[in-house]
Amino acid sequence: MASEAKKALFEPLVANNPIALQILGVCSALAVTSQLSVALIMCLALTSVTAFSNLSISLIRNHVPSSIRIIVQMTIIASLVIVVDQVLKAYAFEVSKKLAVFVGLIITNCIVMGRAEAYAMKNGPWHSFLDGIGNGLGYSLILIIVGTVRELFGSGSLLGYQILTPVSEGGWYTPNGLMLLAPSAFIIIGLTIWAIRAFYPEQVEKPDFEMQNAHNAPAHGAAGGSH
Amino acid sequence: MDLVSLAVKSIFIENLALSFFLGMCTFLAVSKKIQTALGLGFAVFVVLAITVPINNLIYQNLLQEGALAWAGLPNVDLSFLGLISYIGVIAALVQILEMFLDRFVPALYNALGIFLPLITVNCAILGASLFMVERDYTFTESVVYGASSGVGWALAIVALAGIREKLKYSDVPDGLEGLGITFITVGLMALGFLAFSGIQL
Amino acid sequence: MKMKVFRQGGFLHLPNDNIVKTIGVATLLCLVCSVVVSGAATMLKPKQVANKLLDKKSNILTVAGISNPDKSVDELFSRIETRVVELSSGNYTDAVDVESFDQRKASKDPEYRIDLSKDKDLAQIGGLSKYANVYLLRDGDAVSKIILPVKGYGLWSTMYGFIALEADATTVSGITFYEHGETPGLGGEIENAKWQKSWAGKKISDASGVPTLQLVKGIVDTGLAGSEYKIDGLAGATLTSNGVSNLVQFWMGENGFGPYLEKTRAARSQARLDQPLTSGKG
Repeated sequence: MASEAKKALFEPLVANNPIALQILGVCSALAVTSQLSVALIMCLALTSVTAFSNLSISLIRNHVPSSIRIIVQMTIIASLVIVVDQVLKAYAFEVSKKLAVFVGLIITNCIVMGRAEAYAMKNGPWHSFLDGIGNGLGYSLILIIVGTVRELFGSGSLLGYQILTPVSEGGWYTPNGLMLLAPSAFIIIGLTIWAIRAFYPEQVEKPDFEMQNAHNAPAHGAAGGSH
Repeated sequence: MDLVSLAVKSIFIENLALSFFLGMCTFLAVSKKIQTALGLGFAVFVVLAITVPINNLIYQNLLQEGALAWAGLPNVDLSFLGLISYIGVIAALVQILEMFLDRFVPALYNALGIFLPLITVNCAILGASLFMVERDYTFTESVVYGASSGVGWALAIVALAGIREKLKYSDVPDGLEGLGITFITVGLMALGFLAFSGIQL
Repeated sequence: MKMKVFRQGGFLHLPNDNIVKTIGVATLLCLVCSVVVSGAATMLKPKQVANKLLDKKSNILTVAGISNPDKSVDELFSRIETRVVELSSGNYTDAVDVESFDQRKASKDPEYRIDLSKDKDLAQIGGLSKYANVYLLRDGDAVSKIILPVKGYGLWSTMYGFIALEADATTVSGITFYEHGETPGLGGEIENAKWQKSWAGKKISDASGVPTLQLVKGIVDTGLAGSEYKIDGLAGATLTSNGVSNLVQFWMGENGFGPYLEKTRAARSQARLDQPLTSGKG
């Protein structure tokens, strides 16, 4: 049983990362990663919402009529998000100003909903809770990677501390403004996925279409979509 | 604000998908074929065009601070209930739309059927309602904003599907195949859309 | 019928697709969630309101240059006098209660709102309240700084901030933005303390009184004539920079605080003539 718990907690980190492999929860992930500190708070908020929504949904899973299943999950998630939003506004005012609408968007973050439906509805509360934390951390991992790269190369700082002194402050580093704009986040995630798949070749997707003479292997079928 | 410039702005400059990253999960997952992308894009457009104005009415008349003055409760501020009301409206509307289409427009229902439930959890829909509240749009503005941001989202997903249809003939490095290269493609598209931000309206 | 169902084995043992159970579960869930949500919201509300007020006050203190981490914000804020000005005439007004007047709410209230036509609406705010707050920092009896709330549209959304002027109502002493949605690191650099410091000593207008202060591309060469009307633009954020220029020119101009500043300048030179010996340096 212990190994089951371990699996629920650690598998989503790299081997089954929600963003890189399941394409879940990308939406809100990117808009908040231009500063690492903001990204960290977002990770914290999402991880706690996922963990507690998994926990509460798993607790009542045997009594939820399937006809109102989705709306029940939605209500629980929305309530948790409102609580998190209110707590942030009360205790982390500065950050909550920066996160603005993106805290609210945790409701529609597919990770929360996806894990509730795929795991919490079928497993016990403790494992569901761990699964929630694990997936939250998997999401956090990508966010932290993207946030680190964007803040370090975009502003020359990390968590607000100056690492590479930019030219405007008398240093040598010319900040790369592109890193702070939306497109860079996509490209960084794309490259991160490449890196993960270099270590886990079994995650590599089959191409839909392959030149016959480009590889010696026979062409794969057209049905390559894995998601 | 001028309604035309609001429309142009929400279609191109503040494109929900490419500059606010909203609705990414479905954006990336359902963009392999132009045909399906068109269907999903249209569904998102319809839902956005209806839910944003409805949520605007709810916010203006029920939730906003002082909005309950007509009920004799001028000091009640229910704006914290915003999130749950908006998502409730969206979920209910998607459900109603599904039943309505099934009954009266079966052709459209068959085309959109599988996408409709996906739309409830599409961040673009909730996001548009939240932006509408944050920017204090009036009812008319919210109609224009809802419809045109739907158009913008549909435009982005159809464009991406077009690129991906061509891309499938390219020899992409193994690790990047599929999702990886899609992310990078979207990044480059977003870069292109950035050019619109220089437009002064 | 319902009671019978309850007696035979209880509510929780009903099959899940039973209609009584469906409605029951839905009602219970709503009840629990509403208690949790409203509980959290009501309990945290006072803290959130206090946070907002504290944030506003500490921003006013920062822009006035008297913020001090060792002292409480309220203690420092007691040196600041809050007044309400009628923008069109530039006179102080008692038409509204200073304590409860909320300029942001008033700008949406039809009773106070003035809509701006497109040619006048430099800051792209659509309209503004006919009354506005001003905050005066007093040094003894004399006013040493005038702090004006400003807002204007940047790249993504409206930027809210304060501009502090010296007692001459022409020289800038500081600027700060407390709410904005600009790209962090590019337009978001309007929060950068170093850049904000570069505003000190700049002039909003020349002798004619028409505001000319603006952000320019690149770094301002302080050796050149006219550099006191120019401020370094934000690298990589042309539209935010334009937004800030427009905001300054609008609020310091005739549709903003222009008349008020004009009156302040006039009153000051009058006072100088009357009492040439008092040191009037701000």
